[in-house]
Amino acid sequence: MAIENKDIYKLASYHRFQWEEAQNCYVILFPEGMVKLNGGAGEVLNLVDGVATVKIITDTLIKKFPDAPNIAKDIIGMIELALDKAWIEKIN
Amino acid sequence: MDDRNNGVSASTTATQPLWLLAEITYRCPLQCAFCYNPTDFDKHTQNELDTDGWMKVLREARDLGALQLGISGGEPLLRPDIEDIVIEAHKLGYYSNLITSGAGMNEKRIDALKSGGLDHIQLSMHDITEEINNFITNTKTFKLKQKVAAMIKDRGYPMVLNVVIHRYNIDHIKEILEMAEGLGADYVELANTQYYGWSLVNRDQLMPTKEQVLHAEKITNEFRERVGNKMKVFFVVPDYFDERPKKCMNGWGEVFMIVAANGDILPCHSARVIPNLKFPNVNDSPLKAAWYDSPAFNKFRGDDWMKEPCRSCSEKENDLGGCRCQAFLLSGDAESADPVCTKSPNRNLIDQAIKDSQNPGIEAKPIVFRTNQNSKNISEGKEKERLEKFHATP
Repeated sequence: MAIENKDIYKLASYHRFQWEEAQNCYVILFPEGMVKLNGGAGEVLNLVDGVATVKIITDTLIKKFPDAPNIAKDIIGMIELALDKAWIEKIN
Repeated sequence: MDDRNNGVSASTTATQPLWLLAEITYRCPLQCAFCYNPTDFDKHTQNELDTDGWMKVLREARDLGALQLGISGGEPLLRPDIEDIVIEAHKLGYYSNLITSGAGMNEKRIDALKSGGLDHIQLSMHDITEEINNFITNTKTFKLKQKVAAMIKDRGYPMVLNVVIHRYNIDHIKEILEMAEGLGADYVELANTQYYGWSLVNRDQLMPTKEQVLHAEKITNEFRERVGNKMKVFFVVPDYFDERPKKCMNGWGEVFMIVAANGDILPCHSARVIPNLKFPNVNDSPLKAAWYDSPAFNKFRGDDWMKEPCRSCSEKENDLGGCRCQAFLLSGDAESADPVCTKSPNRNLIDQAIKDSQNPGIEAKPIVFRTNQNSKNISEGKEKERLEKFHATP
């Protein structure tokens, strides 16, 4: 599925996203499983809240990490991966 | 530390217990022939940790990094304090899972669990037929399970069904999956019987044929293609029919911590079958010391403990030599390769077990159901004939 700027995503049902002090990373928890997210992936999913569009997420992260090259492409890639794994769902 | 376990040194591997399994009681109204609980569970029904003990376990494990909590048994709902334990787990930030047969569930309790923050319920199902359900659990629980499944769905929990697969239900896989779909299951775990505890006692009677397993896997794959992401189906392969062992518990002391009903702190459910390993207990050891410093948790961490053929095997990282309990139970040596591996000099033990289970006379031998009386009998050595080929009481 092509990711568009106007798309809005939310965490999939029965999934929980939280910061973990002991692992020093964000995690996604769901029945029978968990995923530890690396820094970039965690930053993206932290903004997937059922309200922000992909455009808003991208703009927010470009502002937060002005020196990161190709960040927009990485953000789209992360959203694609999360969709493919069914961690998030499109709501519009 | 003391001088237990011949002074095995501490691991240098950086590990964290991500999963905590609280086997909160070994009492259970069901009497399943394949139960993986220890056959001597009867000894541990009088000395269960109390509520405060479990609260302490939850806090300490969370501090160590545990995230996923399984509240299991026996039947956990036999304890009146599950609701309090769930509230504490939720406060601490666990993703909590109640693993139940459904016995003891009612409207009041499921509402209290929901408001306490329980994240999901894993319900065991046995078959599409009342006859097989009641036969293998030795109880009349078929209708109860249907009722509890509906209750789980109604309260908006993810519906996770666990079906242990054996000779008596393996040819019903298609119908079982369709039943799960009809109940609105989100996750289904088809767990082929692994032979520990009661299932090892009844191995000859429970084991299907390789052809049945292959057929069941094919049906499962076809079903997956049809339903897609709507329902996730896990097919836990039976290692006996494989050529390489499973990476048991994802490695000893790597990500799983189990606390047994009496407070024993274990790297896997059946670790206590291995002789000369003294496991720490919640009553005399903090979880942190148990995980990082106890000789028992360090004994099989990583691969320093391996002998040949594992030590020089190019595939050793894939399975870490398989299961230590299975290696001991079948071969008598916990440091040997899991006999499932075709490179193991003991593979003949698995091939013989497969052959024995196909002996047409085998079904004439009665199944030993998981009852308190049978547990006592086994502890007293009364099932000697069945158990003499194993190197410990499972």
